[in-house]
Amino acid sequence: MYKLRQQFLAGPYLIWIVGFILLPLLMIVYYAFTGSDGSFTLEYIAAAFTSETNRRSIALSLELGLICTLICLVLAYPVAMILNGMHLKNQGFVVFLFMLPMWMNFMLRILAWKLLLSKNGVINSVLASLGLGRVSIINTPAAVVLGMVYDFLPFMLLPIYNAMTRIRTDWIEAAKDLGAGSVTIFFRIIVPLTASGIISGIVMVFVPSLTSFAISQVLGGGHVLLIGNVIEQNFMQGAQWNAGSGLSFVLMIFVIASMAVFGMIDRDGEGTAIW
Amino acid sequence: MIKKSFKCIAATAFVLVSAAGCGSAPDSGKNPENTITVLNYGKYFDEEALEQFEEETGITVRYEEYESPEEMYTKYKAGSIDYDVICSSEYMVQKLIEEGEVLESDFVHMENYKNLDESILNLCASYDSDHVYSLPYFYGTLGLLYNTEEVDAATVSSWDCLWNLPVKNEIIMENSVRDTFTPALVSLGYSINETDEERLKEAVEILTQQKKDDLVYAYYVDETSDAMIGEEAVIALCYSGEAALAMEENGKLAYAIPDEGSNLWIDSWFVPKTCQNREAAMEFLNFTCRNDIAEKNFEYVLYSSPVRSVSENMPEEYRNNPAINPGSEVVKNCEIYTALSDEVTAVYSRLWQELLSY
Amino acid sequence: MVKKSLQRLYLFLIFVFLYLPIIVLIVLSFNNSRTRVVWGGFTFDWYISCFQDEKIMSAFLTTIQITFLSALISTAIGTLAAFGISAMKKRGQTICLGATNIPLLNADIVTGISMMLLFVRFMDLGFMTVLAAHITFSIPYVILNVLPKLKAVNRSTYEAALDLGATPLYAFYRVTWPEIRPGVFSGFMMAITMSLDDFSITYFTKGPGVNTLSTMLYTELRKGIKPELYALSTILFFIVLIVLLLGNIRPQRKAQQL
Repeated sequence: MYKLRQQFLAGPYLIWIVGFILLPLLMIVYYAFTGSDGSFTLEYIAAAFTSETNRRSIALSLELGLICTLICLVLAYPVAMILNGMHLKNQGFVVFLFMLPMWMNFMLRILAWKLLLSKNGVINSVLASLGLGRVSIINTPAAVVLGMVYDFLPFMLLPIYNAMTRIRTDWIEAAKDLGAGSVTIFFRIIVPLTASGIISGIVMVFVPSLTSFAISQVLGGGHVLLIGNVIEQNFMQGAQWNAGSGLSFVLMIFVIASMAVFGMIDRDGEGTAIW
Repeated sequence: MIKKSFKCIAATAFVLVSAAGCGSAPDSGKNPENTITVLNYGKYFDEEALEQFEEETGITVRYEEYESPEEMYTKYKAGSIDYDVICSSEYMVQKLIEEGEVLESDFVHMENYKNLDESILNLCASYDSDHVYSLPYFYGTLGLLYNTEEVDAATVSSWDCLWNLPVKNEIIMENSVRDTFTPALVSLGYSINETDEERLKEAVEILTQQKKDDLVYAYYVDETSDAMIGEEAVIALCYSGEAALAMEENGKLAYAIPDEGSNLWIDSWFVPKTCQNREAAMEFLNFTCRNDIAEKNFEYVLYSSPVRSVSENMPEEYRNNPAINPGSEVVKNCEIYTALSDEVTAVYSRLWQELLSY
Repeated sequence: MVKKSLQRLYLFLIFVFLYLPIIVLIVLSFNNSRTRVVWGGFTFDWYISCFQDEKIMSAFLTTIQITFLSALISTAIGTLAAFGISAMKKRGQTICLGATNIPLLNADIVTGISMMLLFVRFMDLGFMTVLAAHITFSIPYVILNVLPKLKAVNRSTYEAALDLGATPLYAFYRVTWPEIRPGVFSGFMMAITMSLDDFSITYFTKGPGVNTLSTMLYTELRKGIKPELYALSTILFFIVLIVLLLGNIRPQRKAQQL
């Protein structure tokens, strides 16, 4: 009786889920599977794979997403390890410093990179004043990847660091006593014990980098057409809602499927526990 | 400590939210009394003039901007927002008139209608013969803004410079379907209103080749002038007023319309079917035709205005600037966009996306 | 020793990577020159014009309104939901948590578009739709923060309080609330963080004249960069810095707990 009453507390939430999560998703499914005249069609789902434009942008998104995730992992893992091994008095504060840029507005972080990278931007001016020529990165996929790495690096760092802090030093001591070398310790103890953090990090970096459209728009100068840009254009410029929904649907299925492959959904939200 | 800061934040939040709530409510979903929702191109209306309108009439303006006519069409067609007044390019206005989305209005009897230049009104007659649907706001050309230190006038006298410039990464194109097609179509000797798919494919091939040759620095719209002022590129496909503004900031820049001809465009206001507040909408349109306001807006955008007093009172240097005052010879050599059927529009946007995805 | 200095060097490089862009923005905010990189002397002008810029200020105000309203409402709904879910049977829990995970896992752009499709049909896009969208993607973070705390609460203490004559509300306030408060707090802060940083979902669900900082910046960035935006960045950075420094004791304690 008592428990039943308590269950009702979830009422507002359930109504909210139905109204603002399930119903909207049904709308996408509806538009994805109907033509402009409202009849059932698989045309738009198929177009995700048959259209040259879509194929190319999907391939590019996957490529940039994977590169970005890999770079984040390679950059963040050593940071987490070093930070964890430092045993500073104010370790929390140092970690905090590494997280701080994440709270800067997303758009302002991109703005900063546009400023640094543009043809007559900060980096090129510095290089020129040193007589070193210039780099032309802006409006290329490399600039987009750079922007993504900058934006998403903390999402990789945090879960790995959190997993790292849970490794007890006596386990490593024990392994050392038993004759394990540092390479063995790294691959047999540290990596497996931080696997959950790595996976959280990968998910939290890969999904947004795969689907972002603002970064590629601002730093790509119209040259870099990611799957997100195609969807955005279908909705905001082309008035092709069915095509856009078809693509969104495919993207959604792909994201969910790829997470099922990882076999682990970040249930405790540990990866997201910034606070 | 945490508890304290939490309380602090929560308290501040309440104060801010409630203070903001009592202040103005410009963002509620419905159109309240005496508010109009205006949809216009980016950087296309002097903010001070807008404030002046609000002060003089007590009408609140909810102002929304867009980049390309196609984006405007989508926003309007989505139907979620009841726009009262919209400004857009002639071919989009024509399309919407043909679709029956535009209300007939009595522009002719508006107080300030007499300020408009007859010859410009005649140009609008091709899509609005009785002047009941649209009210011209600005007109201008599509041309090339170039850096005179890097490129000479002979080079930009032909659109060909866009396809065979010897330096890489130095051209800015328009991130807008029809404007980027225009130079390619003109180069091929076709009309800028081409509907034949094969010919459009030829045009896209030129544009694709241009991209493959690494000639294009970026596809921008409103960012073009900023980038040219910063000398990030040497040639930009660009609207005349945008060019004029850039030339004011950087003396090395100049504007030219290639000899093969180009696009002459007229942006007009219209009152769509979704209009909730016609009286205020007409008041707003009347306001834009007032001499002092038209002059203010002209100073802000530097496009050619159909309001006579603007060209009459314009300083000599402006009158001689081809970016501000195209001259009748050039105008004769230019074509106006006409509305395309849905099928052709779909072909354009498909080819456009293909181009961008390369 | 070499290893240690190599480690420090690496940390330092990453640190530079993270802070260089921000430092550039801060320096340029005092630069008395519109062109980007030439130093034209020190000025406060951009700060003054930043505060006078109506677009920036109204976007700032809207952002604060949306953020705090959505965080408060989602914390309320989410906390209640956590109570409800914890009382459910296993199957109900799985279903509810599955639904909770949807907006977390789904790409932002898909969430944004799906809501836009719904809103366009049934309501006017505007402030309320952005608010509803922000509440929607914030609730899961609240639930995921409160639920574990709630599971750790000892039921019998609460029931004992009831037996001793406390009203349910009083018993809740004295027994359950202190236990779950940290969870509710971190849920609230997560909601604020997510709402402040969101761009994609706001972009698709906003109406005319409604802009949060993110969407305003996106529009402005595509028109070229105004120096006022550097000033804005600097102000925001220091607001964030101060707020986070005030709450900084927390991550430290967390690190010790783990």
